[in-house]
Amino acid sequence: MIARMIARAGLRWMDRRLRAAALTREALAKVFPDHWSFMLGEIALYSFVTLVLTGVFLSLFFDPSTAETIYGGSYGPLRGSSVSAAYASAIELSFDIRGGLLFRQVHHWSALIFLAAIAIHACRIFFTGAFRTPREINWLVGVTLLLTSLANGFIGYSLLDDLLSGSGLRIGYSTFLSIPIVGTWVAYLVFGGEFPGDRVIPRFFSLHILLLPALIAGLIGAHMAILVRQKHSQFPGPGRNDHNVVGSKMWPTYAFRSLGLLSAVLAVSFGLGALVQVNPVWVWGPFSPSAGTTPAQPDWFLGWVEGLLRLFPAVEFRVLGYLVPSPFLPGVALPVLMVVALYAWPWLDRLVTGDRERHQVLDRVRDRPGRTAAGVWAVSLVVLLTFAASDDLVARGLSVPVQDYVVALRVVVLVVPVICGAVAYVLARALRGHPGSRLTTMEPRQIAGVLGLRRPEARRPPAPPGPRAERPAVPSEDAPDVVDSGSRHGG
Amino acid sequence: MKRPERGIAAAFGVTVLGAVMAAASYVAGADRLLLGLGFALGFAGLAAGFVLWAATLLPQGPYVEEREPMVSPPGEREALEAEYDRPAGRLPRRMLALALGTFGLAGVFPVRSLIVHGPSPSVALATTAWRDGVRLVDQDGRPVRAADVTPGTMVTAFPEGHLDTGDSAAVVLRVDPAKLRLPAGRERWTVDGVVAFSKLCTHAGCPVGQYVAPAQQLVCPCHQSVFDVLRGAEPMSGPAARSLPQLPLRLDGDGVLVAAGDFPEPVGAGYWRPM
Repeated sequence: MIARMIARAGLRWMDRRLRAAALTREALAKVFPDHWSFMLGEIALYSFVTLVLTGVFLSLFFDPSTAETIYGGSYGPLRGSSVSAAYASAIELSFDIRGGLLFRQVHHWSALIFLAAIAIHACRIFFTGAFRTPREINWLVGVTLLLTSLANGFIGYSLLDDLLSGSGLRIGYSTFLSIPIVGTWVAYLVFGGEFPGDRVIPRFFSLHILLLPALIAGLIGAHMAILVRQKHSQFPGPGRNDHNVVGSKMWPTYAFRSLGLLSAVLAVSFGLGALVQVNPVWVWGPFSPSAGTTPAQPDWFLGWVEGLLRLFPAVEFRVLGYLVPSPFLPGVALPVLMVVALYAWPWLDRLVTGDRERHQVLDRVRDRPGRTAAGVWAVSLVVLLTFAASDDLVARGLSVPVQDYVVALRVVVLVVPVICGAVAYVLARALRGHPGSRLTTMEPRQIAGVLGLRRPEARRPPAPPGPRAERPAVPSEDAPDVVDSGSRHGG
Repeated sequence: MKRPERGIAAAFGVTVLGAVMAAASYVAGADRLLLGLGFALGFAGLAAGFVLWAATLLPQGPYVEEREPMVSPPGEREALEAEYDRPAGRLPRRMLALALGTFGLAGVFPVRSLIVHGPSPSVALATTAWRDGVRLVDQDGRPVRAADVTPGTMVTAFPEGHLDTGDSAAVVLRVDPAKLRLPAGRERWTVDGVVAFSKLCTHAGCPVGQYVAPAQQLVCPCHQSVFDVLRGAEPMSGPAARSLPQLPLRLDGDGVLVAAGDFPEPVGAGYWRPM
């Protein structure tokens, strides 16, 4: 009762100064579609919240300096050894600050979840065509968020100055060096001189805790502002069309559901941080430029680049008498190509489908077999490349020479994604004409029809004539019971 | 009390338990497992409570919100364009463009401070601390004698006085001199079967830390490039495309290995340079 009175008084106080009642009511009436896949982006958002909260705690203890110190903390095996101040403070945080190791591990797990949620959210957007007009603008913001977050993840685990991340930094430096003409200057700009140097850790610290988080937060703000302005897209269904959004209202139902999701993300992050060890830098040991660890794998989100570096043949060439070294093609050219393709996808998709319409209703994955096949090809390629980043471990486990295993993997990453894409294409085609059937309930004759093994009774035209025709408008009698109209915009 | 309300209350009760557990663990000094599980339990209770609350006590839709077209009516847009297209003199506009352009360029200059103080990259990357007569020392600074390098072992050597430089580390190995097939001109770079190569892989610069003694191969742990020691550390497989640069060796009066000069080419990962 008292809480309610205080809330009411607070709202009155605000409204007398901002005249916010109508605006707030409008905001609270925003309708969110009821589908689990719309919560993937929220998982990323809430992981970012976790990252900021735990990260602030960590930043108050971490010392971003390569100055040599003699470690004297409570971790016995390292006592008396000469390590950098950055590494020593990470060990001290892990062993001598109460709760420090927990927050370090929660921070690392949140970063892994953050990037996984972004990646899966991007897949959902891709496969349902949510990037189409008018949402290309948010696709561009989203891809930028993905790249910024990847960079900040790499920079974050590189700060600790341990032997494992030092190898990763060295590979990153060498990859920058391999860029033709400007490579040495780019590498020096990022690392502040020749690797390893004293400047890279403080520089990365500024990037990791200030510049990149500010950029990510700004991009998240833009991403959500555009989302609110354009309103959510929605899956096709009874009563849903290009002129409405059907779902739950922001207040109270969706807000409670979303608070539940925030709590669940925090519960999982803290559960993992408590139970599952991650990045034990005291095991890797301090960085030394002449030592390496084996095995050495990056965090999962950079596995695909590492896989490219491992699988790509030793190709160096000369341009105008200058060396273009071997990391250039797999480490720079191919990733840049992938990023450009990702940014350009809404326009590539439009080029192929010729679809210039404005869309508020999503495609089902089956509606565009060509896009689905392309997406499955790309996703399976990235997954296999990530798997290839552990080629040494797998080869040892299988007791085969790593060289032979690499040759086999080269064939696999070229062939298997094409097969996956083809299978996805056939399945999507087989399902497309049968809105009621699912992957698990489809009948063999549907596939046989696509493959031309037998003539289906009602053959669909090969090219989709446009999504509107695929989804005839549902007569309003079929619409679900509308409890209340949430339309209050434009007040 | 209705059933859903009891369930929600129970879920928030779990949060209270989690809070007590977290606080007690912190005070007792159990700082990772129990503290973390306390927090996790607390958040899990909140999650269950909120989700149950949303699913049982709150209005379930579906609600329909109308969507207004995301394009301004032509009149509005034209009015905005007219606002923006105010006529201005050509000279002030051009001078403003010139001013912003030159001023922006001036802002690029301080970026140079971020790059490096000292020799330009192409000079710094091309050389290491090795010079003719510099003694080979191990990681503790002790001189490396030819006798210390026994067959089958790998010694990592640094130029005396430069233990901390990132690019000078060399691997020193002893092989059968009769089996050595070094490139022409390097016959005098070894001391009785003792050879030295840069420790930095020519692919991505990782330390080539593994020596397979029976096959006399050096293996990089990062991307599994393999180098044939007997053939001047020529790449045999993996993504490396160039041999590890060889360090010319000789003996000083005391039987200590010394360099006879710097590596003949830049060490580590390749970069844009004339070849």
